[in-house]
Amino acid sequence: MGLKILVLAKQVPDTRNVGQDAMKSDGTVNRAALPAIFNPEDLNALEQALQLKDKFPGSTVEIITMGPTRAAEIIREAMYRGADGGYLITDRAFAGSDTLATSYTISLAVKKIKEFDVILAGRQAIDGDTAQVGPQVSEKVGIPQITYAEEIKGIENNVITVKRRLERGIEVVKCPLPVLITVHSSAADCRSRNTKLTMKYKRAKTLTELQEAGMDYEGFYKTRPYLTIKEWTADDLNPNPNCLGLTGSPTKVKNIENVVLTAKETVHLTSDDKDIDFLMRELIANHTIG
Amino acid sequence: MNNVFVYIEIEDGAIADVSLELLTKGKKLAQQLGKKLEAIAIGSKLEGIEKHLFPYGVDVVHIADDKRLAPYTTLPHNKIVCEIFKNEQPEIALFGATSVGRDLAPRICSTTGSGLTADCTSLEIGDHTDPKTKTEYKNLLYQIRPAFGGNIIATIINPETRPQIATVREGVMKQEIFDAKYTGQVKVIDVKNLLNKEDFVVQVIEREIEKSKLNLKAAPIIVAGGYGVGSKENFKLLHDLAEVLGGEVAASRAAVDSGFAEHERQVGQTGVTVRPKLYIACGISGAVQHTAGMAESALVISINNDANAPINTIADYTIIGDLNDVLPKMIKYYKQNTK
Ligand SMILES: Cc1cc2nc3c(=O)[nH]c(=O)nc-3n(C[C@H](O)[C@H](O)[C@H](O)COP(=O)(O)OP(=O)(O)OC[C@H]3O[C@@H](n4cnc5c(N)ncnc54)[C@H](O)[C@@H]3O)c2cc1C
Ligand SMILES: Nc1ncnc2c1ncn2[C@@H]1O[C@H](COP(=O)(O)O)[C@@H](O)[C@H]1O
Repeated sequence: MGLKILVLAKQVPDTRNVGQDAMKSDGTVNRAALPAIFNPEDLNALEQALQLKDKFPGSTVEIITMGPTRAAEIIREAMYRGADGGYLITDRAFAGSDTLATSYTISLAVKKIKEFDVILAGRQAIDGDTAQVGPQVSEKVGIPQITYAEEIKGIENNVITVKRRLERGIEVVKCPLPVLITVHSSAADCRSRNTKLTMKYKRAKTLTELQEAGMDYEGFYKTRPYLTIKEWTADDLNPNPNCLGLTGSPTKVKNIENVVLTAKETVHLTSDDKDIDFLMRELIANHTIG
Repeated sequence: MNNVFVYIEIEDGAIADVSLELLTKGKKLAQQLGKKLEAIAIGSKLEGIEKHLFPYGVDVVHIADDKRLAPYTTLPHNKIVCEIFKNEQPEIALFGATSVGRDLAPRICSTTGSGLTADCTSLEIGDHTDPKTKTEYKNLLYQIRPAFGGNIIATIINPETRPQIATVREGVMKQEIFDAKYTGQVKVIDVKNLLNKEDFVVQVIEREIEKSKLNLKAAPIIVAGGYGVGSKENFKLLHDLAEVLGGEVAASRAAVDSGFAEHERQVGQTGVTVRPKLYIACGISGAVQHTAGMAESALVISINNDANAPINTIADYTIIGDLNDVLPKMIKYYKQNTK
């Protein structure tokens, strides 16, 4: 029994390396100023997908990512680790999407792909920490969701069993396929690149990338369909334009403020005995301790 | 119509603290808007639950009671809440940013087409003029949260869609009884007719939820350690100090990620928010994601070998020095001065 598995993965700015020019004046992210990485928990999701593929021969794993042309990088990265291919959903009309507009767009792509058994997503993306796109895609596609998966325990008679990691414990749930599962960082780490696959997919590209590189689709790429990363624009998805991008986003950023810590009147001390003695006396005297 | 709603989280018959905190905040927002506060309680064996909710100023409690509704699963809770929203057209709806709230709220927003802001640290009512269309909006919910790795504080609004939905972490808002004698009305939901078999396709077959032993929020004194503590063994110094002072030990995310301390001890944006009498930050640099969770402490002491660490700017006392040296001295002089 082969499964058709889709993995939602996002290329995110590495928020651990944020500089001054990280935000634009309209409150949206200036992606150009930041290193872009594979969202960490989406790698956990990819690993769960690859483990299912190992377990059920004949399965396929495909990535769906919505983002700029450059986001094809993470589809290639996933292919080096064992994914079969992917879809880059890209259009200027998607710019400024909040999670609702994002999930609407992704859900159209899923519906166009039509056949699938499992959709895996990361729990949350580190650029916003919102954890909303998974459940929202699941609602829009009309399938159940299982969030915070730590381990897929198995699939039997079309029913999947999943262990969830909750704030204060664990839960094991089962659900008939198809289902959307969001994967928690406590799940297994993603395997690293496979040398053979890296060689094989090194030249995988989207049509736009081919054009930008001045390469010809005819010939080399036409005879090697596995090297074409599928690319869909808004037109391919037949969307309601009112649901896309900034227009389709109910949340608006009213304003942003850089964080400034306001200084208090501070007592400066050293680690000298007399300083620490003074401090402890003072804390006892004003009943903070003791 | 257009009231403020709070989804009540119930675990093992007990109402989660975060829900009571949201009721407290929700009441303030409702009063400001001149609206009512309504609560939604979904679960099993909920008899009498309204008595625990009314004192928070709740005017209406919607109760859906059915043995299939506990433990929580997404689909039936989603359907019930969406049905209530359809009938009642809330202005604002608040959920805990918990395993349950963050599973449920996005699904609801997708159904209703509403905007959702996760992990708000502050909620206020305010006006807005659209910079392009000049349209004026009165009394919107300002959903304020750190964004983008905490380097900025963003105010998010939903000008057009209702309800305006936000999630808030446990401990961020204060919990206060509004009026012990306050009472409201109960509305019972006809669960049997609303739900069908498809809503129960996800089944919970095993569940182990620990009652949290640690209660950081209630600790009057917190000794918190960061990456600068250096090791799990070194955290013992913090435990020693916490013990003599009668406090609890907390940690920064860097310390938790490095395995120096358990996850439940993490303070900050993605951890617990605390406001103790005294917060002693040892080897913590003071990233905004951390200070977001402790800035309201009554008194802050920072122990850091870097005089320029950002935490020092919000500290009442800074001790510039090595924590390995300072902590034992604090114990020593505490003991000496209390004898
Ligand atoms: C989306 C997001 C959410 C986050 N949520 C949280 C959160 O909830 N909580 C949180 O804490 N962080 C959070 N972070 C991480 C946060 O940005 C910081 O990375 C983290 O708080 C740093 O921890 P730290 O201060 O312990 O470590 P560091 O920044 O490495 O600081 C260590 C400090 O120790 C001092 N030091 C070193 N040795 C000694 C010594 N011997 N004696 C005294 N001082 C010493 C150093 O001078 C330094 O100031 C989050 C980050 C992101 C992107
Ligand atoms: N633009 C996107 N393209 C593909 N997947 C996405 C995108 N945005 C979010 N996701 C998926 O949804 C998860 C949650 O994202 P978020 O709601 O932004 O925290 C991520 O871990 C991804 O799996």
